[in-house]
Amino acid sequence: MGKLKKTTKQELITCGIVVLFYIVITILDKTGNLKSHTKGLLVPICYYATAAVSLNLVVGFLGDLSLGHAGFMCVGAFSSALFSVAMKESTMPAGLRFFIALLIGTAVAALFGFLIGIPVLRLNGDYLAIVTLAFGEIIKNILAAIYLGKDEAGVHISLKSFPLQGEGKMLINGAMGIQGVPTDSKFLIAMLVLLITLLVIYHMVNSRTGRAIMSIRDNRIAAESIGIDITKYKMLAFTVSAAIAGTVGVLFAHNTSTLTAASTYFGYNVSIMILVYVVLGGIGSIRGSVIAAALLYALPEMLRGLGNLSNYRMLIYSVILIAVMLWNWAPAARAWRERVFKSKNKQKQES
Amino acid sequence: MKKRLAALAMTAVMSVGALAGCGTEGTPATTGGEGGSSATLKIGGIGPTTGPAAIYGSDVRDAISIAVDEINAAGGINGMQIEYKFEDDEHNAEKSVNAYNSLKDWGMQMLIGSVTSGPCIAVSEKSKEDNMFQLTPSGTAVQCVQYDNAFRVCFSDPNQGAASAQYIADGALKDKAIGIIYDSSTEYSTGIHDSFVSKAGELGLTIVSDQSFTADSATDFTAQLQSVQGAGADLLFLPIYYTEASLILQQSDTMGYKPIYFGVDGMDGILEVENFDTSLAEGVYLLTPFSATAEDELTKNFVTKFQEKTGHVPNQFGADAYDAVYIIKKVAEEQGITADMSISDMCDKMKAGMATVTIDNVLTSPTTITWTADGEPNKDPRAVIIQNGVYVLAE
Repeated sequence: MGKLKKTTKQELITCGIVVLFYIVITILDKTGNLKSHTKGLLVPICYYATAAVSLNLVVGFLGDLSLGHAGFMCVGAFSSALFSVAMKESTMPAGLRFFIALLIGTAVAALFGFLIGIPVLRLNGDYLAIVTLAFGEIIKNILAAIYLGKDEAGVHISLKSFPLQGEGKMLINGAMGIQGVPTDSKFLIAMLVLLITLLVIYHMVNSRTGRAIMSIRDNRIAAESIGIDITKYKMLAFTVSAAIAGTVGVLFAHNTSTLTAASTYFGYNVSIMILVYVVLGGIGSIRGSVIAAALLYALPEMLRGLGNLSNYRMLIYSVILIAVMLWNWAPAARAWRERVFKSKNKQKQES
Repeated sequence: MKKRLAALAMTAVMSVGALAGCGTEGTPATTGGEGGSSATLKIGGIGPTTGPAAIYGSDVRDAISIAVDEINAAGGINGMQIEYKFEDDEHNAEKSVNAYNSLKDWGMQMLIGSVTSGPCIAVSEKSKEDNMFQLTPSGTAVQCVQYDNAFRVCFSDPNQGAASAQYIADGALKDKAIGIIYDSSTEYSTGIHDSFVSKAGELGLTIVSDQSFTADSATDFTAQLQSVQGAGADLLFLPIYYTEASLILQQSDTMGYKPIYFGVDGMDGILEVENFDTSLAEGVYLLTPFSATAEDELTKNFVTKFQEKTGHVPNQFGADAYDAVYIIKKVAEEQGITADMSISDMCDKMKAGMATVTIDNVLTSPTTITWTADGEPNKDPRAVIIQNGVYVLAE
């Protein structure tokens, strides 16, 4: 067997880490060493890692700052939850129902990504960031205002609450969102979604398409001059990213039983939080995104174990965030690290 | 390359180790509640102590600990001492479930929480799976107690809306033109709003203007206030939390608009807002089950202890939580609950007990509280008016 390509190796290492994580957790679980608190964190860790990886495609490889990621999650979450709640009474097996829900959430989010991409991707830099931010908020606010109900007279949709006639059911109840979403998100499925996302993104980035996308990031004019269709590749990256965000939304919606389009779950703060995962893990580093998302999501939860100090856990979390950001990216810290680690390497070579 | 690989492996191992690590520290607890040898009853609490609703969570946390200390000093429940732990959920359903799981690992046998509605609904899905007894002090949404293991101390949203409309229709305020400003992005506010509007329609009250805002635009209410003022409303119904209400009061004062304000339990806490000119809140009506200035011994005792502990006057959330502990005590004593029971058996007994118990001598009801089988309390609401910076019972 010949030597593996560098990019293939990177891909294998990242997937290896994820699989290893799964195996270790499963062993811990089977031997009864896993607490229910940790168990509850596994699915969120997987979907936030997936979200970070998908945002990295736009931020890291396409080089555009998108702040509307949570909006696409919201679309995916609501479309899939609507399907699941509507089909809950039917005889469809839960596994199949969730699979279809995943497809629906992904497809609807991809459609929205495509539609929003048409006007948005004409912009660059800060302007693009602001417009994506606006779209994310619009999506969230519309979904928080929709009432959708089904009764004897048929299906009603409105922006004001309305009474149902006879036997009926509110499917989306305005700010109260969707209630009773079946909790189908399991660790194994979330893990598979993360793995598939990793494979898709790695293969996309390392292909002809990926090189075209990165050429747009590095020098738009040069890319245009050699005949790369800028609009097409930008749309492609943006839509794929939105689609995966939709999948994340599906996992989110099916993790807790109630789904509301509140700012805590789908506001710009969440978009920025995902961006923080990407930036902290290293813009353009897929593996970094996964690790950063997992650690940063788990960190404030792990700080619960501090006893009396846990009152200050959100403060400690913020301080750690600042410290890590400085350590990773401040020029002085990088220079210092380089000096220290280089000199160590030298010592090693000498000895 | 080798070094980098090693570093990666280390990272992976550490992240897993850290995750598992937080699982292994502390006392090893089993979900079956087999720690019978120690005669302590472990009660957990969940609520926001950080974030936008922090004042509710912290008041609940402190009030529960006061009640627990009192009960422990007086010999506990059936001789069992209570052990108590409170976890923060940041007013976020996802975090609330994490907090619930964390408490379960600690060995929680009964839950007081979650404090706010959305998180409470999410947690009730989990507590139902475990059949753990759940008593929320202040989760007002209907679905908070949709399962038979969940009960609440406070009124539900529809109850509050309907009771507010009833109070207005019964008293001197019935001829006022009503304006409403509510938060269409929270289930709490829309729930009360919807039931208020439908009850007001039944009772023949006149609503002249109905305005809404969302959590993202909750800083400038000039547009809503102008519409309400333009429509000639002289009573403004505000089924919202006190933070927004304090801004509304300030902004309408600047505009020179002075209607009668009518709030519900979310308005409770408005006198504690920092940098808020409390004189603006003079004459505000609010429908709250608890009044910190009531003259009875129970309230006085609670308020004094609470002030000693925290330095401020407790709001209704704290009173609900304080009651919750005593409700658990009474039911547990009636049913002969012991710490070595499994969580599920304990819950079944508590459920049976809640259906029959009558609690008197509580902070949050002028008379008694009983419960219906679907977890709703039967009690009387109390309307108060803010006068000279304190609550006074309204006629």
